[in-house]
Amino acid sequence: MHDLTLAQMCHGLARRDFSSAELTRHLLERIGAANPRYNAFITMASETALAQAAAADRRRAAGDAPALCGLPIAHKDIFCTRGLRTSCGSRMLDNFVPPYDATVVERCAAAGAVVLGKTNMDEFAMGSSNETSYYGPVKNPWATDCVPGGSSGGSAAALAARLVPGATASDTGGSIRQPAALCGVTGLKPTYGRVSRWGMIAFASSLDQAGPMARTAEDVALLLQVMAGFDERDSTCLDRPVPNYAATLEQPLAGLRIGVPEEYFGAGLHPGTERAVREALAEFERQGARLVAISLPHSGLAVPAYYVIAPAEASANLSRFDGVRYGHRCADPVDLRDLYMRSREEGFGDEVKRRILIGTYCLSAGYYDAYYNKAQQVRRLIRQDFLDAFANVDLILGPTCPNPAFAFGAKGGDPVAMYLEDIYTIAANLAGLPALSVPCGLVDAKPVGLQIIGNYFDEARMLNAAHRYQLATGWHQLAPPALTETAA
Amino acid sequence: MSWETVIGLEVHLQLATRSKLFSGAATAFGAAPNTQACAIDLALPGTLPLLNKAAVEMAIRFGLAVDAAINPVSVFERKNYFYPDLPKGYQTTQLAHPIVGPGHLDIELADGREKRIRIHHAHLEEDAGKSLHEDFHGLSGIDLNRAGTPLIEIVTEPDLRNAEEAVAFAKKLHAIVTALGISDGDMSQGSMRFDVNVSVRRPGEPLGTRTETKNLNSFRFMERAIAKEVARQIGVLEDGGRVLQETRLYDGDTDSARAMRSKEEANDYRYFPCPDLLPVHVAPALIEQLRASQPELPDARRARFVAEHGLSDYDAGQLAADTPTAHYFEAAAKASGDPKLAANWVMGEIAARLNSTETAIAACPVSPAQLGGLLQRILDRTISNAIARQVFDALWNGASDADAVIEAKGLKQVSDSGAIAALVDQVLVANPKQVADYRAAPDDKKAKMFGFFVGQAMKASGGKVNPQQLNALLAARLNG
Repeated sequence: MHDLTLAQMCHGLARRDFSSAELTRHLLERIGAANPRYNAFITMASETALAQAAAADRRRAAGDAPALCGLPIAHKDIFCTRGLRTSCGSRMLDNFVPPYDATVVERCAAAGAVVLGKTNMDEFAMGSSNETSYYGPVKNPWATDCVPGGSSGGSAAALAARLVPGATASDTGGSIRQPAALCGVTGLKPTYGRVSRWGMIAFASSLDQAGPMARTAEDVALLLQVMAGFDERDSTCLDRPVPNYAATLEQPLAGLRIGVPEEYFGAGLHPGTERAVREALAEFERQGARLVAISLPHSGLAVPAYYVIAPAEASANLSRFDGVRYGHRCADPVDLRDLYMRSREEGFGDEVKRRILIGTYCLSAGYYDAYYNKAQQVRRLIRQDFLDAFANVDLILGPTCPNPAFAFGAKGGDPVAMYLEDIYTIAANLAGLPALSVPCGLVDAKPVGLQIIGNYFDEARMLNAAHRYQLATGWHQLAPPALTETAA
Repeated sequence: MSWETVIGLEVHLQLATRSKLFSGAATAFGAAPNTQACAIDLALPGTLPLLNKAAVEMAIRFGLAVDAAINPVSVFERKNYFYPDLPKGYQTTQLAHPIVGPGHLDIELADGREKRIRIHHAHLEEDAGKSLHEDFHGLSGIDLNRAGTPLIEIVTEPDLRNAEEAVAFAKKLHAIVTALGISDGDMSQGSMRFDVNVSVRRPGEPLGTRTETKNLNSFRFMERAIAKEVARQIGVLEDGGRVLQETRLYDGDTDSARAMRSKEEANDYRYFPCPDLLPVHVAPALIEQLRASQPELPDARRARFVAEHGLSDYDAGQLAADTPTAHYFEAAAKASGDPKLAANWVMGEIAARLNSTETAIAACPVSPAQLGGLLQRILDRTISNAIARQVFDALWNGASDADAVIEAKGLKQVSDSGAIAALVDQVLVANPKQVADYRAAPDDKKAKMFGFFVGQAMKASGGKVNPQQLNALLAARLNG
């Protein structure tokens, strides 16, 4: 049952092959058994999940079955869930129980989803390996000595380990796509403004975007259909109609113009990853797409610009965690300064502190123009690169990450080496473009991802391409070997 | 050699919106602590600001009232600093791109001349909460009801030259914003607060080093604080010292000021555009719509009072400056049919009584209709002015209308000439010596002595006798 995709589960529920209660109980048991191995979940919601499943079964019996009715999902622990602890992977919020739901959570609930629990993540979504979580790292189900990627590593690993068929995630510089690639699942970062950020704990507000993760493009489309749409509580959320993503999934790709940026195949790209991506490009050609060599000349500036803008915004976004109203407060503060200093010293981990320091520095008097303003200029150049490219192509394809999953601690001593893992993913956030990652091969017996970048609000075309690719290939169906061994 | 004072003002004006600048929580004053702060005001994680359109419109209305340019695009920025009553750890405000650009306000000087004070800009921002340092046994209390309340900060050029001009500007500003209805202007509740930037220099020399005295919440405190600071700076300079750029606090209760922090201790606020809010685009159509629906402002109202009601410029100015007073006056003028008489009463009896009882005109126990009814009885000579004051007393203390009071107390003026003649006879008979003295007196003394007989007659009638008729009959009998 746990091998089924969301779409297959939906059919099973509709045919009464099984009930949502049975499905939910099965997955909860599976998580109970496997989570100690993967550490994919921070907080379980077993009781409410069973109640939601029972309610969904009654609803379906009454002939009212909305899109996700009775389908089990997990929320990344960055989304506020009313009455359910929301830690954001941080000691700072270890005790935080929100009095409200994020819009994404609300929409999934309204569509009948059953929430199994909250998935592990890098602290405040700051990381590419899940090693910065206060709750310990998530292990990659493909190789438990390797990272699952980050920051949505918990959602990606839970999907790969067949603990859950769909999950929410968020992406500020690659936090959906990179763990999706490293865990062999499918993840989409939508256009900035496509999905409401209300109730999603902010890392870098101008880059953060919520999105779905699943094992197939079809399932990602199903989740995006529910998550996307205008929300007046988020001023940066755009009021544009949401197309029917399922309707265009199967369209043939003949005539599709695919841009292949030379900058995404340069030094630093693992030859195995390159081979896998080139093979995927060949498959698109076989389906009638045309490959167009393009250039995104400012690609090399994306990582440095990102590591000014994201920390600058984060330094302000994280100021509210001061020990005064909620969250971690140090014991017996002697005065206000002590309360601030020790609450934040104890509540935040090293990577969060590093980024607060970088951001504070970049915004300081005398440095603002040299760093923040300059980074914003670079951001405009990167956006222009894409606009120029999309004048001639429909989609841009390349690797999601340079390498497959690396071992824990491999980049621990070198934050910059870690930042470079996001070299292909960051530009889409800076430009606000939608981008998704689909599994396209194995390198060293670990998955690698193909990244599909689309034009603004062109998620339907991206999902169409990803789905057609998955109809023709089997990479997305591969399960981590440990799983099949256990099953056998 | 003399000194010249240079003053610029920063005015924080609380806008009269029902809800906060970025949340739906109420802004009403005086609620129990922390009962008017929602998840957004508390800066719970994941919450986002949503701009209050009413606040934007009020800021535009202000801009139009001071002939300012309304910027088609303005930008909210984050001003970062830690303080317990600042929940987000930053204040959302405008800096580089404020909504209201340069404008001006003309003030009237003591000698009647007008002076133009330039306004540098005005921007929208949110207020912080309140820290309460008393009554918590060494701890501080935090009340976040005020957190997120919309303000506009109005910044002048350094065009003011003394405390009187600063106060005249402040009063004019107060008159305008209350006329616009964009603020209740209640300074006792902090709705209007002034920061004064003061420096002194020898005439013709470049600007001196300025200090900023913050959070003055009355015209009188502002006047006192400026006078004190000017004297202090001149003292320092004349002793050969140097004025330090610093922020100062003035305590109205003790009429004293002290330095709060120096320039060196000033925060680096690390402003940057708030990524949670889009730039504010103001459509020309909205500006025109607001311009067309601007309420009447005090200057225009004053001119109209002169033209329409025949008031003197001075009286018109007095009545037009305060909007509730102006509305009261116009209603009473209409009810009475005699604007000049209504003006005299509003500025006289009503103002005195409101003042002595510390009552706002909006809460005046005598309504404009009631006052109008009373004035009508003066105009038709049912009662004299003296009796009218008695009737006014009764109305102030809860009587329903003037006619009922006059009827119940028998205050109707005696205008029957037979009755008045009898009264005059009675007075003359009772005072034969004074009558003889009067008749023997030279003409220039007679006028003064005449008053004695008027007084006696009024006293005997209980003040009800028609004064014109009494005068005529008395004169005829005494002189005849």
